[in-house]
Amino acid sequence: MAILSVRDLRAYYRTEAYGISRTVHAVDGVSFDLFPNEIYGVAGESSCGKSTLIKVISGNIKPPLKAYSGSVVYDNGLQKVDMLTISPEEMRRNIRWKEISYVMQGSMSVLNPVRKIIKTFEDIVDSHQGIQNKKAFREQVEAHINRLGLPTDVLDAYPHQLSGGMRQRVAIALATMFQPRLIIADEPTTALDVVVQRGVLQMLKEIQVESKNTVLLVTHDMAVHANVADRVMIMYAGRIVEEAPTKTIFKAPCHPYTKHLIGSLPMIGVRLIKTSLPGSPPNLSNPPSGCRFHPRCPMAMERCRMEIPEMVDIGEQHRVACHLVNGGTR
Amino acid sequence: MMVDGNLFDVQRVSVVFHIGGLLGGVKLVAVNDVSFTLSRENAEIFTIAGESGSGKTTLSRLLLGDLHPTTGKVFFEGRDLTEFRSRTELKAFIKKVQPVFQNPFETFNPLRRVEAYLFDTAFNFGVAHTMKEATMVVDHALQQVGLSLVEVSKRYPHELSGGQIQRISIARALIPRPRVILADEPVSMVDASLRMEIVNLFRKLRDEDKVSVIYITHDLATAYYISDRIAIMLRGNIVEAGPVEEVLVTPMHPYSQLLKESVPEPEPEDKDAWAKHISLGVTEVKEYNQLGCKFAGRCPHVMDICHQVDPPDIQIGQRIVKCYLYTNQAEERTRSTKIAEV
Amino acid sequence: MSIFRIIRDLLKYDSRFRIAFVFLSAILIMMLLSFVSPYSPNKTFVVAMDMPPSLEHPFGTSSRGQDIFWWMTFAVRNSFLLGIVTAVLSRVIAIIVGLMAGYEGGWIDKILMAINDSFVVMPLLPILILLGFLLRGKMNFFTLGLILGIFGWPWDARLIRSQVLSLKERSFTRTAVYSGTHPFWITIHEHLPFVLPIVFATTINNMLWSIGMEVTLSVLGLSDVGTPTIGTALFWANQHGALVAGVWWWIAAPTFIAIILFLGLYLLFSSINEYIDPRTRLRLIGG
Repeated sequence: MAILSVRDLRAYYRTEAYGISRTVHAVDGVSFDLFPNEIYGVAGESSCGKSTLIKVISGNIKPPLKAYSGSVVYDNGLQKVDMLTISPEEMRRNIRWKEISYVMQGSMSVLNPVRKIIKTFEDIVDSHQGIQNKKAFREQVEAHINRLGLPTDVLDAYPHQLSGGMRQRVAIALATMFQPRLIIADEPTTALDVVVQRGVLQMLKEIQVESKNTVLLVTHDMAVHANVADRVMIMYAGRIVEEAPTKTIFKAPCHPYTKHLIGSLPMIGVRLIKTSLPGSPPNLSNPPSGCRFHPRCPMAMERCRMEIPEMVDIGEQHRVACHLVNGGTR
Repeated sequence: MMVDGNLFDVQRVSVVFHIGGLLGGVKLVAVNDVSFTLSRENAEIFTIAGESGSGKTTLSRLLLGDLHPTTGKVFFEGRDLTEFRSRTELKAFIKKVQPVFQNPFETFNPLRRVEAYLFDTAFNFGVAHTMKEATMVVDHALQQVGLSLVEVSKRYPHELSGGQIQRISIARALIPRPRVILADEPVSMVDASLRMEIVNLFRKLRDEDKVSVIYITHDLATAYYISDRIAIMLRGNIVEAGPVEEVLVTPMHPYSQLLKESVPEPEPEDKDAWAKHISLGVTEVKEYNQLGCKFAGRCPHVMDICHQVDPPDIQIGQRIVKCYLYTNQAEERTRSTKIAEV
Repeated sequence: MSIFRIIRDLLKYDSRFRIAFVFLSAILIMMLLSFVSPYSPNKTFVVAMDMPPSLEHPFGTSSRGQDIFWWMTFAVRNSFLLGIVTAVLSRVIAIIVGLMAGYEGGWIDKILMAINDSFVVMPLLPILILLGFLLRGKMNFFTLGLILGIFGWPWDARLIRSQVLSLKERSFTRTAVYSGTHPFWITIHEHLPFVLPIVFATTINNMLWSIGMEVTLSVLGLSDVGTPTIGTALFWANQHGALVAGVWWWIAAPTFIAIILFLGLYLLFSSINEYIDPRTRLRLIGG
């Protein structure tokens, strides 16, 4: 049933220079599933490992990054693909754009700055299935972007002539050309203004509702998850600390880190004094022992320093990795 | 005009940039006829809010003396900033007005130890004369922001977190004992779990140390959390300004309303309101050069006159709104209105 | 970081540095040996002529009756010194000009760059040849070093200037301004550390270039041919038709030494430069 299954994934960065070697444990034992017809949010701050997770899932593993153990399996109902061992050629031919597409922060990585937008569309489709009739293709593209609420004249523009928000929406249009089953969006709206962000995320949501595919949305902005995601997963220092449906995460968070993350969000109209957590996210080349959150956790126990908490099921699609809830006792 | 009752007195400043060559080229009005004051009596936190292209960055450069207005004047403690020409005068000015920048990892030279800047500041402004004095001054400043010299000593920027660096940046700004700190998006690049720390610091600076803060941001939530007053900018104009409780809780200008509505809330009561389909505006340059109100292209309440003439600044209680919708309401003052002080 | 620790690190982990160390040590030894040479380089016909390499004369003897090995110790010393004089002089000028033009901007920048560009387009070799003819025999190597130094800075000054221009835009320059630092000290403390790797990288180029220039001039007989240098060695060998006469060791020795010197210098600066590069430094510190 799951279209993407990640099991116990460990991916590290290893560098060596002048006798000093460092290993950054960016993703250290991550397991989760993605199902059809949902928006799955991945939340976490800088150096929590979510960008590395995306790189690994999308087959973008280059030195000094390497996946040391675990599995990432993409299942489209007809075949299963091991994303860790897939060849770049197969990735390019069969998976990218067709089954799995990407929307990254800063669309310039996908839009060619010296080509008009329509040409980028042509380039991508051409490399996959060839274009017989340019005119018919253009009409197809126009229909597609109109449906997404974009004016047709963007096709004749160069990327630098469009605003940041417009470029991101074009990037989403590109990503949905072939109606992929999975769209991975990595901080797609982080650099955008709040009104533009709203427009871009609405577009993404509308696409998901219409085509019933899966969107993996990675962003540190919890408020965005609250309004867009169906389920949310919180990462901290390379591990998952909690995963639950959005309502549950916000109404009844379990893990101390999640509670703090949500509690510290300022809201218009609320004048309560909010506090910050002491300390800062750990250095992943030398992470804390046991539960990686224990140095900053207000409820830390001796056990937290020694043992890594297991991921425990505590109810409807709700999982937590915290010694406070081990064995179902709170 | 006697103006030395205020710390900052910005009078009808405009900044016009010319992009392109001698022949042809485009005129860009980055800041258009903006006026406001910052009180000398009471320390306050004044937010200048706006999206990208709103002119807030240009305005902050005006306040730091980095840039001179094309028309209008900026007064600090009664003196026109353009009068400061010699190095001594400029130095005396920046002693009182210190910045905090957006990107913590660019604020300090990656090849220098962070404490070097604090010591430099202490010596350069005559706050300390010997190494011993400077060490005390630097340590004290760091303690004001919740750190200490011991923690920070001998560290390079990449050894510290974004949150720590921003705090050190604030500590550095505090050393010359400024009257105003101008913080340009100080927490937008800091992790969510560390933001409150820094933002709370600004509150403490206002309440305990009586330092005013001009907070420039696009994040309305943190603006609400700490500000006393707020001014909302759109394409170079202040469209609404006043006490934050009023402007952000019951915004009057249609743009302020759109802005507030677009901020995603962590516990949305009405999820559908945010999801309501909106159309995004035309490109920035087009909006800048529009005649009349800059929001006319996407305003749900637009009228004919909005496309033709710039709306006047209308004072309603302690607020100023730049919108034709309110011409009937409160008395309309002439354009040299200043925001009434809290 | 003490200098010994740096050398130890580089020796251990960088094979280029190891090779460079060996080569340059050999060159250094040769230079030092010049002080204990049993033969004066100015005296000719002191040993048997045209003798192939042997235990007594490791590089053989020349047609002028000189022991080539001991003569080369002086040659190496002089060539190397020439390279250093040129490099130091041109680095200093390049840094001063580049930093000033980059930071001050305005008309200082314009004037300096105008001078800079005029030097760049001047055809150096013809000028040197001309000077060589005019001062025939009277151009000593110190003068040559000075002239080469004066011509060797423009390229790098522009490089340094561009670097400074981009550094000026960065936030930390503003932070230094608001810390009350005088612009001069901003240039030294904030910008110079970024400029140094460029300076090191171009120093080697500069040394190689100047030694090469010297060889060119000397082979043409346009420098002070009485002083032993790598170039004059080749000049004299040519004068006596060494290759035709079968005295191949007279050409081989300076060529071989030149190769060792060039390679050694190149590898040295290549490895030091990577070590000094701010990006590597940041990686090392653990960033």
